[in-house]
Amino acid sequence: MLKSLRSQLTTLWTILSHTFTRAETVQYPEQKPYLAPRYRGRIVLTRDPDGDERCVACNLCAVACPVDCIALQQDVREDGRWYPEFFRINFSRCILCGMCEEACPTNAIQLTPDFEMCEYDRNNMVYEKEHLLIDGPGKYPDYNFYRVSGLAISGKDKGEAQRELPPIDVKSLLP
Amino acid sequence: MATIRIDQQEYTVRDGDNLLQTCLSLGLDLPYFCWHPAMGSIGACRQCAVLQYQNEEDQRGRLVMGCMTPVSDGAIFSLQGDKAQRFRKTIVESLMLNHPHDCPVCAEGGECHLQDMTVMTGHRDRSYRGRKNTHRNQYLGPLIHHEMNRCITCYRCTRYYRDYAGGTDLAAMAAHDHIYFGRHEDGVLESEFAGNLVEVCPTGVFTDRQLVHQYTRKWDLQSAPSVCTACAVGCNIVVGERYGKVKRVHNRFNAEVNGYFLCDRGRFGAGFVNLESRLEFPALRRPDGRYDALDHHRALEHALRAMEAEKVAAVGSPRASVEANHLLRLLVGNARFYPGWSRGEQGAAIRAMELLRDTEATVPDLAQIETADAVLILGEDVTNTSPRVALSLRQAVRNRARDMAGELRLLPWQDAAIRNLAQDTRNPLHIAAVSNTRLDDVAASHTCLAPPDIARLGAAVLEELLPGEGQHFGDPTVDALAQQIARDLRQAKRPLIIAGAGYGNTTIMEMAAELAAALCHGGCEAMLSLCQGEANSMGLALLTGTGGARVHRLEDMIVQGDIDTLLVLENDVERRCSRRGFKLLRKHVKTLITLDSLDTATTSLSDLVLPTASFAESEGTLVNHAGRAQRYFPAFPPANERRPAWFWLLALAHERGIEATSRLHQFDEITRHCAASIPALAGITEAAPRSQFRAHGLRVPRQTHRYSGRTAMRAALSVHEPKQPQDEETPLAFSMEGSQRDTPGALLPYFWSPGWNSNQSLHRYQKAVGEPLRGGTAGSRLLYRQGHATLERAAMPGAFEPRENQWYLVPRHAIFGSDELSALSPPLRELTHPAWLEITPAAAQALQVIDGDGLIIENERLRGYRLEVRINPSLVAGCAAYSAGHAGTFGLLPGEWVTLQKDPDWQRREPAVIASDRGGVA
Amino acid sequence: MSPLATALFGLAVLAGAVGLAAILTWFERRLLGVWQDRYGPNRLGPLGILQVVADMLKLLTKHDWVPPFADRVVFVFAPTAIVVAMLLGFAVVPFGEHLYLLDLNIGLLFFLGMTSLAVYSVLLGGLASNNKYALLGGLRSAAQMVSYEVFMGLSLMGVVMLTGSFSLRDIVLAQQDLWFCIPQVLGLYVFLVAGIAESHRLPFDLPEAEHELTAGFHTEYGGMKFAMFMLGEYLGLILICCMITTVFFGGWLGPWLPGPVWFALKTSLLICFFVLLRAAIPRPRYDQLMSLGWKYMLPLSLFNLVLTGAIALWLRGA
Repeated sequence: MLKSLRSQLTTLWTILSHTFTRAETVQYPEQKPYLAPRYRGRIVLTRDPDGDERCVACNLCAVACPVDCIALQQDVREDGRWYPEFFRINFSRCILCGMCEEACPTNAIQLTPDFEMCEYDRNNMVYEKEHLLIDGPGKYPDYNFYRVSGLAISGKDKGEAQRELPPIDVKSLLP
Repeated sequence: MATIRIDQQEYTVRDGDNLLQTCLSLGLDLPYFCWHPAMGSIGACRQCAVLQYQNEEDQRGRLVMGCMTPVSDGAIFSLQGDKAQRFRKTIVESLMLNHPHDCPVCAEGGECHLQDMTVMTGHRDRSYRGRKNTHRNQYLGPLIHHEMNRCITCYRCTRYYRDYAGGTDLAAMAAHDHIYFGRHEDGVLESEFAGNLVEVCPTGVFTDRQLVHQYTRKWDLQSAPSVCTACAVGCNIVVGERYGKVKRVHNRFNAEVNGYFLCDRGRFGAGFVNLESRLEFPALRRPDGRYDALDHHRALEHALRAMEAEKVAAVGSPRASVEANHLLRLLVGNARFYPGWSRGEQGAAIRAMELLRDTEATVPDLAQIETADAVLILGEDVTNTSPRVALSLRQAVRNRARDMAGELRLLPWQDAAIRNLAQDTRNPLHIAAVSNTRLDDVAASHTCLAPPDIARLGAAVLEELLPGEGQHFGDPTVDALAQQIARDLRQAKRPLIIAGAGYGNTTIMEMAAELAAALCHGGCEAMLSLCQGEANSMGLALLTGTGGARVHRLEDMIVQGDIDTLLVLENDVERRCSRRGFKLLRKHVKTLITLDSLDTATTSLSDLVLPTASFAESEGTLVNHAGRAQRYFPAFPPANERRPAWFWLLALAHERGIEATSRLHQFDEITRHCAASIPALAGITEAAPRSQFRAHGLRVPRQTHRYSGRTAMRAALSVHEPKQPQDEETPLAFSMEGSQRDTPGALLPYFWSPGWNSNQSLHRYQKAVGEPLRGGTAGSRLLYRQGHATLERAAMPGAFEPRENQWYLVPRHAIFGSDELSALSPPLRELTHPAWLEITPAAAQALQVIDGDGLIIENERLRGYRLEVRINPSLVAGCAAYSAGHAGTFGLLPGEWVTLQKDPDWQRREPAVIASDRGGVA
Repeated sequence: MSPLATALFGLAVLAGAVGLAAILTWFERRLLGVWQDRYGPNRLGPLGILQVVADMLKLLTKHDWVPPFADRVVFVFAPTAIVVAMLLGFAVVPFGEHLYLLDLNIGLLFFLGMTSLAVYSVLLGGLASNNKYALLGGLRSAAQMVSYEVFMGLSLMGVVMLTGSFSLRDIVLAQQDLWFCIPQVLGLYVFLVAGIAESHRLPFDLPEAEHELTAGFHTEYGGMKFAMFMLGEYLGLILICCMITTVFFGGWLGPWLPGPVWFALKTSLLICFFVLLRAAIPRPRYDQLMSLGWKYMLPLSLFNLVLTGAIALWLRGA
């Protein structure tokens, strides 16, 4: 009892001493706070260093999303790349937790330090792929999934990815 | 029973099983790759290593392969032993050496056995720094996608494809690091069961080529237990849906029916559900022949007005559910209900039902077919009419190998040893057909005979079994063969006779039934299986019974103007009647109302079309060829104004004030009413639990617990989320909430278990590995052995006499193309050939045609049939085989004599380049 | 004082108390801001004081909604009860030596009675809402009040013993030499704790407990009815502070400055202290609250009573 009384009095004193400390918050709309690059704000889809969309529509972000606010449909392009036919994030549901970014195996989906996305109409909070896709590689300027994956796409045949041997000739008798 | 110790825990297990099987049955996690419950053990992958101890004192133990180690009383094992765990981890690491970084772009990802096993063993970081081997992929046809880089060389594919399914064109090539699983060159896989490679391959080497486009992960599929509608076997399937489209069909284990495998017609034949040409709204024909879309209220009004006419009749359908046919019959009355078969089909279907109902022999499910030790196929091309039966027959002929192994006390799962022992020794399989069949490679004898002669062969065998009136075939080689067949059948413990409606010849079926009865009298456990045409042929036969209205009476009535309004239920009448009959239909029937899901020739003639839900969007009961009633459930709610056929018919019946239906409101009530009013169908209520069934107080969820995108899927339309669709008719829910524990087999929507994301999780649902599901086997048998067959020896049928310049028509079924709905599925459409006529080389020479030319087919009834020629050297002389069920051969009847002549105006078809022949990537 | 003056003074007290309560809503938020290293409302008017007006306008223009499932009459009546009871409490507060509305000889009891009446408001509001959260809030407040009322009264009895009167004016006058906060330090402590509980402010705002019960007893309230509850709560806070000043800190007594100024000063400081408590101390669990009341506060107040009695007797005997 006495111990807890003492603890509470200490608490009171600590708080009281904050009368003379400066406010940590800033006057937001006039004064913008610094947001780190890894801040979890608006979600974007990034592009490979060579400018093609990174997302391969593997659905891992969608399944990682705790509020199920990501929906997409995969398809395959003529050149063999997997891509999302549509990619939709319902930001009126999104909690900006960043699980999608954690799950993304191609670094395509990234959270940005932008949180100013209020709308008067909730329907405007639904972002489609054209709203999400940006023109750069985001936080990972060098990563290119198809350079490490075994899938052949036009311009990168079998055996041309990083650390791959040329395709085996089955008919060869050499050891 | 044996008592063994695994990690200091005692278990009582079945003697003679292997340790891997035992562990999985006990619910222990032991990784494996090459073992498959249906294919046994070869010990190739080294993944299921465990420690075995000599005795209590042994502290070191030695590594043994679980799948190659029989359990015996007192054996001591350790799965958790350090050495074993390290070994298994290293094995996975070595298997993963060359595995590409593909999971995000792999159609197997999320249900990959390799992923599961890697996680299970704890392997995470690749310590190998060298470069990975790569391979070029092959084009394997429109069904299967090949991605050889991902292979871990477990050999399951070739073991399945060659040893189990009898394929020849997929093999392991080269050696060590160069090993390659594929064909000798690009091309469509020949086996009709190649689709199972998708499920057999533990990783993503063989994937569903259709699913690679518009791909959906397993966890995102909304699935429901369903029954394949592509033939009368009724394999159990799981239909997976996403965004209102059927994405894929997977096998649903049923110990008595399909077990672990499906045929390609079933697996890839559901694509018709997604067709753009599906009907979405009721349509009313305007005088100018175009159609107006209606809502369902107005559509019902129009239908009712038409039904107020005096003379109303209805045509049912052997591809519609028992319930829908029953309601239709209640709606128009028994006398004016026509089952919807063509002339030939009706007789064959009803006769087959009667024979099976009255036979003394066992009517086998597929699992029982696999136990047969001598088989006689009389005039049925099972690979093309009931494909899954053929796969079972390939297992049945291997029973000899297992018997031989038993004599040497080899255990039944020692696959390689048994194959080595048996080599080509098989149980006898005798086939009599009009030409070669796909089972000839495992047959002891194969004879090509015309259908009447096949019946005569049956009679000759019967004569050998029960010597009587001296009915011999007449031809010494055939008589010798009959003797051989009779000897084989008599020596067998479980002989099986297979016939069917395929050639439209009821005499063959009667002969088969008599043979089975004779064998039963001989004291063995004989089996009789009669293949049927369509998914619910048997159900419709049981519904109408022997005294159903005959279809030619319908034609007569139409011509006499005795029908004002005709209702057609899910049936394309064009396929069932002659061209002339089809034209008369439009001319003489005042109002034609059609209920169908697809736009067919019949719907295009109709005055009013009511769009029905396909099998993937509705519920119903089907009865398979062996009389097993099975229920299919909707995987997703029907869109727009589509409704299940029973829903339309019930609404019409209520409005018409049909007394019997006044108390019926829900699907279950219709099923119960049907069961109560038709004694032969009394068992259909047992096909699946009723809609009130709850597992642990909850419905069975159609969605997995990881189902994603729920709050975004519809957001493009409106950000306001509607309530989940409610399902009042079934015990399943369109939701991820609910319990999948202890779910009855008939309600299992998907297979998943913690740590087992792939379909290998199935063993967690089985009583023990390979045994029936814990929740009970789906379906209920309607036919029981009644055991009072009267052995009336039929008279010897007349011999087949080839005629000069006339040909005897026989139907030739094709696995892809003969079934109406599956042939419309986009991948199968690529494999379907346009209608053709097979003739012998001699006939071709006489008619001066070569492959690909056109022939005009005529007789007093038939006019204007032109078909492409195919020369078939194995065809019986005097016969011409037309491709059954293909557009262009509707109206041709089996057993007709026709004249043939070369079509001078025939345009030869260019060799078709099919869409997926692009080869190369994707 | 003449009846007219009394009436005018009464109105002044009324307006002053309500006005103070209104300003307090802003003041508290600013003060919390200071202690929590942030700004608090600072946008409207100088230092953000016009926030009060904005809040008021907002509350006034809100849809005056009664849930269809609620008990309509009680639902509307409940919020007024708390305001009326609290305002009545101010009648007996002596703001200065001659500045008071009533000098009842049972002033203290009247105060206790009025604060107890306020409980009904919370209880009825909770019950009438016909909502599970509101019901739980109401139940909690009932149990809390019943428990804490007991020693709230008992804690004051020491003072009564020393003074020999229930009249608040007499109590103040008896503190000419020594404020009762010295001899009755235990009583002060117990009364302080009970006072917080009685005005259900943080840390003892369990009837409201946003984190568990949405908004407790006033979950279903909005607009002016909600404002009444808040008004009642702030009035309660001011009243308790006035009482503590009167009973333990010598009321208007003090050198140099006029009495009412001293009174106001002491009361304001106490209010600040209450806000400090809110800023610093977390909310206990409900069972902790109950055990604190019955297991510690009640024995403590009884001990104080016995001790005071003994000392008083000893002093008198001496």
